Amino acid sequence: MMAVVAARELADGEVVFVGIGLPNLACNLARRTHAPNLVMIYESGAVGATPSRLPVSIGDPALVTGSLMVCGMADVFQLFLQNGRIEVGFLGGAQVDRHGNINTTVIGPYERPKVRLPGSGGAAEIAIHAQRILIVSKLSPRAFPERVDFVTSPGQRVQRVITDKGVLEPDGAGGELVLTGLYPGVAVADVKAGVGWTLRSRPSLARLDPPTRVELQLLREVLDPKRLYLKS
Amino acid sequence: MSLQDAVARFVRDGDVVVIEGFTHLISFAAGHEIIRQRRRDLTLCRLTPDLIYDQMIAAGCASRLVFSWAGNPGVGSLHAFRRAVEGRALAIEEYSHFGMVARFSAGAARLPFWTLRDYEGTDLPRVNPRIKSVTCPYTGETLATVPALNPDVTIVHAQRADARGNTQIWGLLGVQKEAAFASGRVIVVVEELVDESVIRADPNRTLIPAAIVDAVVLEPWGAHPSYAQGYYDRDNDFYVAWEAISKDPAALTRYLDTFVYGVRDRAEYMGKHAGLAERLKAKDQRCAGVNYGY
Repeated sequence: MMAVVAARELADGEVVFVGIGLPNLACNLARRTHAPNLVMIYESGAVGATPSRLPVSIGDPALVTGSLMVCGMADVFQLFLQNGRIEVGFLGGAQVDRHGNINTTVIGPYERPKVRLPGSGGAAEIAIHAQRILIVSKLSPRAFPERVDFVTSPGQRVQRVITDKGVLEPDGAGGELVLTGLYPGVAVADVKAGVGWTLRSRPSLARLDPPTRVELQLLREVLDPKRLYLKS
Repeated sequence: MSLQDAVARFVRDGDVVVIEGFTHLISFAAGHEIIRQRRRDLTLCRLTPDLIYDQMIAAGCASRLVFSWAGNPGVGSLHAFRRAVEGRALAIEEYSHFGMVARFSAGAARLPFWTLRDYEGTDLPRVNPRIKSVTCPYTGETLATVPALNPDVTIVHAQRADARGNTQIWGLLGVQKEAAFASGRVIVVVEELVDESVIRADPNRTLIPAAIVDAVVLEPWGAHPSYAQGYYDRDNDFYVAWEAISKDPAALTRYLDTFVYGVRDRAEYMGKHAGLAERLKAKDQRCAGVNYGY
């Protein structure tokens, strides 16, 4: 469901900076359904990639074969990202807070980490330069604390947070995340239980349609038959 | 030159060492040789430390790591790295990818620093005082800065080079060009040694010129479990298997004993991987080439 909701966020012809994991699946699903002209740019340097297999990593050789352009990473960050050419950036993270800030660096204090996570990669500059940011992350009070332990990616450009139960969006000038849409069969209380602050919700919530047969078939049989990203 | 000789001559204890390659063309062969020659106190720099630096950290080669994303892509953690950081046995200096790319760009241009629009609102400058800022003398804008990175030695794996070191790479290019130009010494490890005429037939594909190369080493399959576009695929199964190996220090030691200390070179390493070449060998998809005439 998360992959499908994320895919539907992408418009045909948009330029999207693709990250590893579920976003990768979502972008490839969008390209094979409603957005055949989606331009997928990977930070590894593949531009206009059309991978014939679901890439395990963002540096997969299948991203190169048949792509429109392959450039060095200095070009990716300077000529595409900092230049303002990226319309959508996809991010995930171990922690997402009330204002859409993301932590992929450490749990606990930086100098004495409880858990050392991978770090920024391109996430800091994607959050700063992509015109809109979509976050994909499963709900739990640990994953959605009131404040993240470390701000790897600032939340100013976050447009939507796609979770496994519903969708959050920043509200008003303060940019606090509020509940705006629910998946079929999910109650507001289910979402609130997965968030570490008192989550507010919009008076009228969008009901998000379940995956279509075509979307499910593409995900399960074509894009991710080995269940690399699809867990259920 | 053999890889043994190249590492013996050009990689020294205490050096700042770069083995670059973004997923593609990571010289595991050179990393293993550095482990075998028991280099110590190295500052290892890479955007993505990957399995090779996890192995070098586990083997005790590194005292400091400079990086921007330390994970096992699509799989999980680098557990030797995590144990070292969580146990405070390894000093770290951390950037984002753009920051590392900018550091190599400054180093390659022999400038003291590079400017970038980045880090505003992030906690990275708080934990890394080497990320600073400067006021633009033309616009008054505040820009982030990172210092040049000029390694003592950079090691690049490539598809092919001629005997003098004119090196051609295709597929994902990472930051190998910038890292090589920034470096004091450069070792190139290749899948194929080719005649200079092959290079001259397609000069746009040359990424690293002989002028900056100190050693050229022929080592087929030298990037495994990373990959070489047009030669062999990434060994994703091994990347997945590394999760369990690196999680268990005893299993990691057994791995190093068998596949690093237990072999003399890549040929012996490949000899311990029956069926690997058949499983990963690249399928043909050639490009037509272009007309260089005038």
